Amino acid sequence: MKLLREILFPLIAVFAAFVVGGIVVWIIGDSPFQTYKLLIGSAFSWPDGIGYTLFNATPLIFTGLAVAVAFRCGLLNIGAEGQLYVAAFAAAWVGFKFGAPAPDNTVISQIAHLPAILLVPMCCLAAIVAGAIWGGIPGILKAKFGSHEVINTIMLNFIAVALLSYFTQYHYKIPGDAIMQTAPISPNASLPTLGRFIPGLPARIPLNFAFILAVIACILVYVFLWKTKWGYEMRATGANPSAAEYGGISIRKQIILAMAISGGLAGMVGINEVLGYRHRYYDGFSANYGFVGIAVALLGRNHPVGVFLAAILFAILLRGGIFVDAYTIHVSKDIVDMLQGIVIIFVAAEAMFRGPLKKFGLMKKAKV
Amino acid sequence: MRQIFTLSLLFSTIRLATPLVLAALGGLYSERSGVINIALEGLLLAGAFTAASVTYYAHSPWVGLGAAIVAGASVAYILALACIRFKADQVVTGTGINILFIGLPAVLSGALFLSSGSTPQIPKENLLPVLARFVPFMPAWRIFTDVSIISLLAVVVVFVTRYVLYRTPFGLRLRAVGENPEAADAAGVAVNRMRYVGVIMSGALAGIGGAYLSIGQSSLFTRNMAAGRGFIALAALIFGKWRPVQTMLACLLFGFADAMTIQMQGVAKLPSGEDIPVQFIQMIPYVLTIIVLAGFIGQSRAPKALGTAYQKER
Repeated sequence: MKLLREILFPLIAVFAAFVVGGIVVWIIGDSPFQTYKLLIGSAFSWPDGIGYTLFNATPLIFTGLAVAVAFRCGLLNIGAEGQLYVAAFAAAWVGFKFGAPAPDNTVISQIAHLPAILLVPMCCLAAIVAGAIWGGIPGILKAKFGSHEVINTIMLNFIAVALLSYFTQYHYKIPGDAIMQTAPISPNASLPTLGRFIPGLPARIPLNFAFILAVIACILVYVFLWKTKWGYEMRATGANPSAAEYGGISIRKQIILAMAISGGLAGMVGINEVLGYRHRYYDGFSANYGFVGIAVALLGRNHPVGVFLAAILFAILLRGGIFVDAYTIHVSKDIVDMLQGIVIIFVAAEAMFRGPLKKFGLMKKAKV
Repeated sequence: MRQIFTLSLLFSTIRLATPLVLAALGGLYSERSGVINIALEGLLLAGAFTAASVTYYAHSPWVGLGAAIVAGASVAYILALACIRFKADQVVTGTGINILFIGLPAVLSGALFLSSGSTPQIPKENLLPVLARFVPFMPAWRIFTDVSIISLLAVVVVFVTRYVLYRTPFGLRLRAVGENPEAADAAGVAVNRMRYVGVIMSGALAGIGGAYLSIGQSSLFTRNMAAGRGFIALAALIFGKWRPVQTMLACLLFGFADAMTIQMQGVAKLPSGEDIPVQFIQMIPYVLTIIVLAGFIGQSRAPKALGTAYQKER
């Protein structure tokens, strides 16, 4: 019964969001059914649909897990956006500083020429550590000074964007490049696409090893939160801080740890983006991954399995948006942002569905 | 340096601070009543898009401004409904509204004007007027009369807010439900009704701020034109310790930082002859907010009940 309810509310919220979105589409003058068919139907073709959907899901799995871990500790990390930018830059920096340069990189001197077997793990580690540091700062600020992590993470998002734009523009851009991006990383730092291993999946589809890492991250987060003592302490802190403290758990330590882990997970987006896809740091690459991660975590009930499924759902929409843009008369792909926003509001305000559900006997009346 | 510190920098500061003041003051009403308003960004966008679209069809900035106020208030009502009635997480709902208003204006402008993300240009005579329109007899003082009347309105709003907040029963009740809703309730204040008013006020004011962005400072709506101003306004509110006049001063400081980045481009140089990277000036408001929040420059204390839904005892 509990499991059913855990699944029921997110489904109702998504359905309600689609109804509202459908009304908007209808008012605009397109067919809601046609639009949703394009939005969702295009994700299931092999290999392009599925390949791109899983590729789009990868960053959302990471940010969804990031938000979920913080949430389990009673914290709201809306700074995943900043954390993933810092992490992507760190991964790129290690990528072009420590490996044999890419052919078109003639501007940045190398510290070392490491082989792929060392360089790839180093880049991944750089991303995770950088994300963990950027996430850990608001954790420390909260633990030491009691300042609210929501405000600090918002501020750190903007600081990250400004800081990285500075480094890109003034230090690591190839002179004359009109695009705000760094020099490319070493070929030894790149992660292979899954097309190299899966027959029938063309190499042009950017789905890469980072997706496997995302699946592993889901499993690790599950094991950590529910099968280890540290995870238990973290959840206890989130469920009831004063009881946890009474039970001998250091809340301050848990806050810092949770924010650092959260930041590290968000930082893994950088692995997909830099090592697996663009092979350089591209200023402003994130399509609001950090914020959509909040929707993913919420919809996924802050559970790794739920996060995975919710990430797939949003990835389907991202993919479908392109087709909506091309094949409908009035509706643009911006409908995806709109739907994401509505989903978040409905999931957050799920209490509104309780009344009607009770009426239909689908939920036991609360005992008062 | 004299090239930078000119009178035009002062007025540039006022122009850039105007939407911040309106949004931050809006946030003040909401947060003083106990509801976190992360949605200021989305409310600005809602106001900006509505103002530009309505003005385009109605050929009158006043109709556009009115529509922006209604739009801001309506969106804020959704926030209030979710957070107060359904006890949704205030930050999460606010984030949802922000994302919604990246998408919705773009969808609507795509359908209305066949251009995803922006509205058509509005002719200059249909924009919100500057002071010069009403005092045309002082051409030599143009720099002083070039101030938008919305900027003046913003200043009026600040002092009206200060009066309302500290000198009227309404203000006392608003502060009471934000600090100690149980006590306010016991004293006969309708806690949730006060909060609805606070949040809707924030939408109305942010709506004016948004209208200023699209039909005051600019002449059309462009995708995501608030560009983080809602968050800077939130920062200013914290920096100003949730007090009207201090919040306005914080907005002016952040507006000044913004004006500096525009003025300095290509003008100011470091002693070494390099450009001063504008990114470091852009960071100032955010870094200051973190420092203030941590308590390094005086304590900035949020309303006590901020962020928690109120459940009446049964």
